[in-house]
Amino acid sequence: MQLTDQKLEVAIGRMLQIGVMLAAAVVLLGGILYLRQETGPRPDYSHFTGVAERFRSPAEIVTNAFHGRARSIIQLGLLLLIATPVARVVLAAAGFLVERDYLYVGVSLIVLAVLLYSLLHSV
Amino acid sequence: MSTPEFSLWIFISSILAGFLGSLTGLGGGVVIVPVLTVIFHVDIHYAIGASLVSVIATSSGAAAAYVREGYSNIRIGMFLEIATTLGALFGAWLTTRIPTHAIAIVFGVVLLYSAWASIRIKEHLHVSGPPDALAARLRMNGTMPIPGATPQPYAAQRVPAGFSLMFLAGSLSGLLGIGSGAVKVLAMDQAMRLPFKVSTTTSNFMIGVTAAASAGIYLSRGYITPGLAMPVMLGVLAGSLAGSKILVHAPVKTLRIVFAVVIVALGLEMVINSIRGTL
Repeated sequence: MQLTDQKLEVAIGRMLQIGVMLAAAVVLLGGILYLRQETGPRPDYSHFTGVAERFRSPAEIVTNAFHGRARSIIQLGLLLLIATPVARVVLAAAGFLVERDYLYVGVSLIVLAVLLYSLLHSV
Repeated sequence: MSTPEFSLWIFISSILAGFLGSLTGLGGGVVIVPVLTVIFHVDIHYAIGASLVSVIATSSGAAAAYVREGYSNIRIGMFLEIATTLGALFGAWLTTRIPTHAIAIVFGVVLLYSAWASIRIKEHLHVSGPPDALAARLRMNGTMPIPGATPQPYAAQRVPAGFSLMFLAGSLSGLLGIGSGAVKVLAMDQAMRLPFKVSTTTSNFMIGVTAAASAGIYLSRGYITPGLAMPVMLGVLAGSLAGSKILVHAPVKTLRIVFAVVIVALGLEMVINSIRGTL
């Protein structure tokens, strides 16, 4: 089977849609748990202090989410969401490799490097 | 107000923002940030954090529909994403270096520009000139499907100008937590002389990747707060999917004008509040 750009884009589009739906489902699950627990007055967001450390690091988010903590489950869903475009770039790089378009394999890898730098390294 | 009540209000506002954002092509982020800051008194850092994740959701959620039409160009998009992701890193870095009220003023100005751009959007018919040497080497060409006719070939021009504008688009996205689709379309449609439909669909594809580049930084800085991001992301996603479904039947022109007025009001409010120092 010949891999064309159009087929590659359709595959990528479908992958993105699945990623978003999965992320939204996890956020919704966390959201339902969150709203059942938090019945007090609304949190004050008017002054920026930054959320607690456990909602910032991917490793801690994953650990706490699997312990059933509502807000960590929401963050896990958001992490999945952020990972979706990253997966898209990986898939595109693989597609270009199959097409033997090495120039664009390189281009995709540069974009991937920037994304990973942002995710793994706090500037 | 209790937490569930507050979340419900944010959810409803986000549905509306996503709905209007998709009908007008401005995107939900441009609408939800001023709503959160001006109406709900949310600090702009939390607002752009919540908005940015909703931007990734709408861009990725709509991708499948756009791809089916066959207009988007994966090579042009990927190459320009080098510029937008680097810009996004720069923009996210800027959020810690410039004061809050300055972010709000930049946001207000971008809002006003977006409102103006959304009214005057037209399809430009470019004369398909010879591609630059650079565009040819980068294989930035394609064919555009035309219903009932032979596909029309096109090629990118003025790649350096487009690339620079894309860096700007990425910086605005990282600084303001928006998709900055208007600037991306400007770069491809005006600077690179690509067909309008190719520009808009490729732009949508690029928005998610651009936003993901600053999202990592936002997360580690604590801008993304679960209690707020949850109703915003779910609401904007639902609203924009609904908006894209009814797009064909809606009186888009009237809506655009009504919406532009709302945007101008929000933009002015943001600028005035930040100058007065109440935001």
